[in-house]
Amino acid sequence: MAKKHIALGAAAVAATLMLAGCQSGAAPDDGTPSGEITVLTQRTDLVDNVFQDYKKEFEAKYPDVTVNFEAITDYEGEIAIRLNTDEYGDVLPIPNSVTRDQLANYFEPLGSVEELSDDYLFLQENQTFDDTVYGLAITGNAQGYVINKKVWEAAGITEAPTTPDEFLDALQAIKDNTDAIPLYTNYKDGWPLSQWTGQRGFGEFGGDYANHTTEIDAPWTEGEDYYTIDSILFDAVADGLTEEDPATTNWENSKTLIGSGEVGTMVLGSWAIVQMQDAAEAAGGSRDDIGYYPFPYQVDGVFHSAIGGDYKNAINVNSDHKAAARAWIDWFANESGYAASQGGISPVVGGDLPATLADFDTLGVEFVETVPAPAGEEALEAAIYNGAEIDIWGNLYRQKLIDIARGAADGDKESYFAELNDKWAAARAAAEG
Amino acid sequence: MVNVTDTTQFAPAIAGKQPRKGRARGARRDRKFTPWLFLLVPLALLAVFTYLPAANMVMYSFTDWNGFEATPKEFVGVDNYVSIFTRDDILPVFLVSVYYIGASFIQMAIALYFATLLSFSTWFQNLFKGILFFPALINGVAIGFVFLYLFQPGGTLDSVLGAVGAGELTKFWLGDPDVVNYSLAATSVWRYTGLNFVLFLGAIQSIPKETYEAAEIDGANRWHQFRFIIAPSIKRIISLSFILAISGSLAVFEIPYIMTQGANGSMTFVIKTVTLGLGTFHKVGLASAMAVVLLLLVLLITWVQRRLVPDDKVDLS
Repeated sequence: MAKKHIALGAAAVAATLMLAGCQSGAAPDDGTPSGEITVLTQRTDLVDNVFQDYKKEFEAKYPDVTVNFEAITDYEGEIAIRLNTDEYGDVLPIPNSVTRDQLANYFEPLGSVEELSDDYLFLQENQTFDDTVYGLAITGNAQGYVINKKVWEAAGITEAPTTPDEFLDALQAIKDNTDAIPLYTNYKDGWPLSQWTGQRGFGEFGGDYANHTTEIDAPWTEGEDYYTIDSILFDAVADGLTEEDPATTNWENSKTLIGSGEVGTMVLGSWAIVQMQDAAEAAGGSRDDIGYYPFPYQVDGVFHSAIGGDYKNAINVNSDHKAAARAWIDWFANESGYAASQGGISPVVGGDLPATLADFDTLGVEFVETVPAPAGEEALEAAIYNGAEIDIWGNLYRQKLIDIARGAADGDKESYFAELNDKWAAARAAAEG
Repeated sequence: MVNVTDTTQFAPAIAGKQPRKGRARGARRDRKFTPWLFLLVPLALLAVFTYLPAANMVMYSFTDWNGFEATPKEFVGVDNYVSIFTRDDILPVFLVSVYYIGASFIQMAIALYFATLLSFSTWFQNLFKGILFFPALINGVAIGFVFLYLFQPGGTLDSVLGAVGAGELTKFWLGDPDVVNYSLAATSVWRYTGLNFVLFLGAIQSIPKETYEAAEIDGANRWHQFRFIIAPSIKRIISLSFILAISGSLAVFEIPYIMTQGANGSMTFVIKTVTLGLGTFHKVGLASAMAVVLLLLVLLITWVQRRLVPDDKVDLS
């Protein structure tokens, strides 16, 4: 029975593919933006409202172009498979799984770093290989953690903690003095745990931290950013400063929890501020209840926050309408206002700092841009963490960390960090060998 | 894919009306080819969407491919298979399947009980059938979310326990590593009992009514009827269900993946395969080898099971 249905479905899919194949008559690409382009996006929540306004504005400026959107819920998972075909839209965000040395296989070059650096920020990240840029950031993020100011004030804390210990003390004070959960991990949904990795760069190595980890065998040693990050998480869980049952957390619900003051803190990139403010308003509070502090670590008395581009829009190398696709990418970065509406840092040189990062201004936070990997080593870091099976951008290894911290798995902090270091060293040896 | 013009040539043969004179050889040849013509499309689909990918998977399992078309596939021999059997984090996940195997016995017992009960005339017979089958109609993702709410601290299950005065029994149904696999296996039972039930019911209803009447005249009670009529008649369906249950337990994926993503000690073999493959670490070669191992294991279990319970013909008369 089931087999038959699958076969029928497959036949239908095959027929549709054939039809679709016939439709896209290749128009000659003479450099003027024209034709119909498909823009892939991970913003399923915006595609039917905000993006429709973008479409109107863009098509008014370029009347020969028609823009279609395709929003994908599990963007990373789905796109990795679709990249093996030619059909992955005309414009798409570069997925994290594409390593730098593979960029040229999938995406159209946009220009050299030098050509573009007068106009755009965040060029030296995962979208650039060999000085050639393949994508432009849709917005930029700073790193830190979202707090509910009312909760923090009720616990008697009005200053941003400057060390991990102060941060943990602050969480303890929230636990002692309020009914709120001090820190929410979002363990169940998993991906929010990767936001902790995004914090790296606050320490002595600054934006060079990722490259630094490819040169050492033990990144989970005192003084290393990874050690600092994961120690805070471990200690917070071990001290009972997080939600009591991590296995049933819920991302959408967590916004309401922090908005209404049932949760005090969540470690997330600055992209989350606007969503939390919306949630605070929806929960009957004020947008001002939500604050954003830099990671609790100072070098020479100064906070540092890693800034970086969000997803980078790129052109499918197989696109029939590259000029139109390029026009969309430029327009999106320069004129759409997407970055401002998301409370992000504009990817255009000279853009204003968003109001959401007002706290950073008063605290004198210094921004740290990621230092690109040296030539020839662009794919090294990914080779190490994939080889070691430590998903620094995933959920698995931090879920296990939390399990150990709450006593649900064997081991302790030292044994787990030692295990991570062993895996890292072995994978590093294999990647370089 | 399929050459459409070919079929039109055979149109008269398909329509079944043959001109008289060409009857002798033409018709016989047509009769021989016609079934294959009908089979051409399903066979092509089967080859393209089942056997070809499976053959590719076996090929990938001997490489270190990372899943991206453009990167070369280096032949690594049996390295992937060696690491499956030497790594300490791959084979032990099969232990989690034990919970689901245990659960599938309970599931079949429940299904068989209700199928027998509802095959006799009872009040609201069809309503109960509907209720039992209903979970099988719901999408597994939806079931995952529903049970996530059920198992939340202070969720439905805790409230019900509290209401009946068993509040002290509440635990972290998904958060406690000693409990999580029972919770997930129970969800799986809820989901698949209906399917088992329908299979059993269909088999039971194909038993001729006269057999029961004859048995009743001979003084057999309901238990005797089950033991000596129903159970032997549906033996084949039961043994099929066993194969499906055990291979399903080894390959369990949907419910734990949606509800826990394999965290907190609920990692299953297929979730492990997905995370090692395209899901997270891009070790497609290793993941393919794991898929091949799972396939061989299921084939082996099926073979052993067939040897233990030979597929003899059921004869009640």
